[in-house]
Amino acid sequence: MDPARRLGRAQIDVFAQLGVSTILLGGIYALIAVGLTLIFGIMRVVNFAHGEFLMLGMYLGFWAFTLLSMDPWFVLFVSIPLFFGIGVLTYVLVMKGVIHASHNVQIFTTVGLSTALQNTALVLWSGDFHTVRPWHALRPIRMLGTAFNLSQVVAFVIALTLTVLLFAFMRFTHTGRVMRATAQDRDAAILMGIDTDRVYRITFALGIAAVGAAGVLVSPLYAVYPTAGLQFVLLSYVVVVLGGLGDMVGALIGSLIVAAVEVAGSYWFGTAWKEIFYFLLFIGVLVFRPAGLFGQRGAENLGV
Amino acid sequence: MLRLEGIDAFYGDLQALYDVSLEVEQGRVFALVGANAAGKSTTLRVISGLVTPRRGRVVLDGQDLTTVPAHARVDLGVVQVPEGRRLFPFMSVTENLLLGAHTPRARAERDATLKYVYTLFPVLAERRGQLAGSLSGGEQQMCAIGRALMARPRVLMLDEPTLGLAPVLVKRIFDTVRTINADGMTIMLVEQNVRQALTLAQRAAVLESGHLVLHGQGAALLADERLKRAYLGM
Repeated sequence: MDPARRLGRAQIDVFAQLGVSTILLGGIYALIAVGLTLIFGIMRVVNFAHGEFLMLGMYLGFWAFTLLSMDPWFVLFVSIPLFFGIGVLTYVLVMKGVIHASHNVQIFTTVGLSTALQNTALVLWSGDFHTVRPWHALRPIRMLGTAFNLSQVVAFVIALTLTVLLFAFMRFTHTGRVMRATAQDRDAAILMGIDTDRVYRITFALGIAAVGAAGVLVSPLYAVYPTAGLQFVLLSYVVVVLGGLGDMVGALIGSLIVAAVEVAGSYWFGTAWKEIFYFLLFIGVLVFRPAGLFGQRGAENLGV
Repeated sequence: MLRLEGIDAFYGDLQALYDVSLEVEQGRVFALVGANAAGKSTTLRVISGLVTPRRGRVVLDGQDLTTVPAHARVDLGVVQVPEGRRLFPFMSVTENLLLGAHTPRARAERDATLKYVYTLFPVLAERRGQLAGSLSGGEQQMCAIGRALMARPRVLMLDEPTLGLAPVLVKRIFDTVRTINADGMTIMLVEQNVRQALTLAQRAAVLESGHLVLHGQGAALLADERLKRAYLGM
């Protein structure tokens, strides 16, 4: 059956629906990817445990809803400072020791952290799939020949707001300027009196706070389980490579492209195909445009 | 004011400085000259904390800086303009200058210092919105000096500020150093332009392969026979 017809009697305009789905999905992917690209841009570390922090955010959304009947939207007020704290703690306990080590050591460290977090979740909360169904996940909205639910729209709006706030922070605050300076020339930054260890701590914490918020936001939209982060983190590598490593605006555009590929691929070929399509895209970019789709902008984009 | 006491510094197994001692006096210009790879930059990196000496002490006004981390030395007033300018290339001139005023002490006086820097280098005010990486070499050097001044240094260290600049700009930079010094700044200058550096400096020292071989008044060194032969081609 044509997937559009499952949505009911109302007329669904396929292209409008695909467009809306792309934008809604892209906004959420952006919030996930922007933390990854921020950490890479400033610290030159690929955080392979990024998806696991997303998973922890999803569990936070799940438990707050199940135990306290707390709406995921309100959980955000707790999750952002909480994940910022978790980010600081992870930096101090884990990342700080490897920040000047070789890339191999860093990869082993973050992959190890990823495995540890997945298995901790498995031991604590079992491998069962959980769902979060607040009222807004069941509230369909039909507009101009498209249909979506309120959870998606609000998740999109909040994700986009947080992403824009992060951009503004990087561009217009002194701390943001200090972070970009550290990315562009670490020694020169030290000579300006900048404590680069503190910069890395804040960077990592901000990246984790962003992905934690994304986890809470997607908890009503996807099943919650210990390896839930993997599906997202894989696509956020695609996003980050598309946009250029360390480029935050590129990450936003890359998110929309990946979302478009996923939405269109799922519609015409079936959801099982979506990963094949965006990994084909990923390989294509790596082969033909390794600096990202937007050309050789090089170090220009470090940090922002 | 700023004193090095018996510094031995290494890069890996390679010894770069041997028992270097010197003193920079308050309000004066101290010039450190010598050939390439003589250890001049290393000496500055030891003072600013980017290189940790294996032996010896760095002392500022009686306070031992040797164990103070590099970024914290800036707050104490030790500020270096690194060799090759090292501006933040993808940031505007203004952003670079504002980054200079990072320490709380410097930030409190940020607006006043910025005005001083723009008076000193009117061209920076004209180009304030331009990316630092797109400035000419001379302008970049001015921006780098301006950025360091934004930190409100007590000792300003300049590493090869005239390297690669046209003669007219070399003169401009030396004039600027003179002006900043006349405004009361203590300056430590590392230079390959031996004659001009020694003319400007009240005190100077010559480094050769990591050893301090001559030490004295700038004018006196300029008249020294050995120095004339080695560096001035006379």
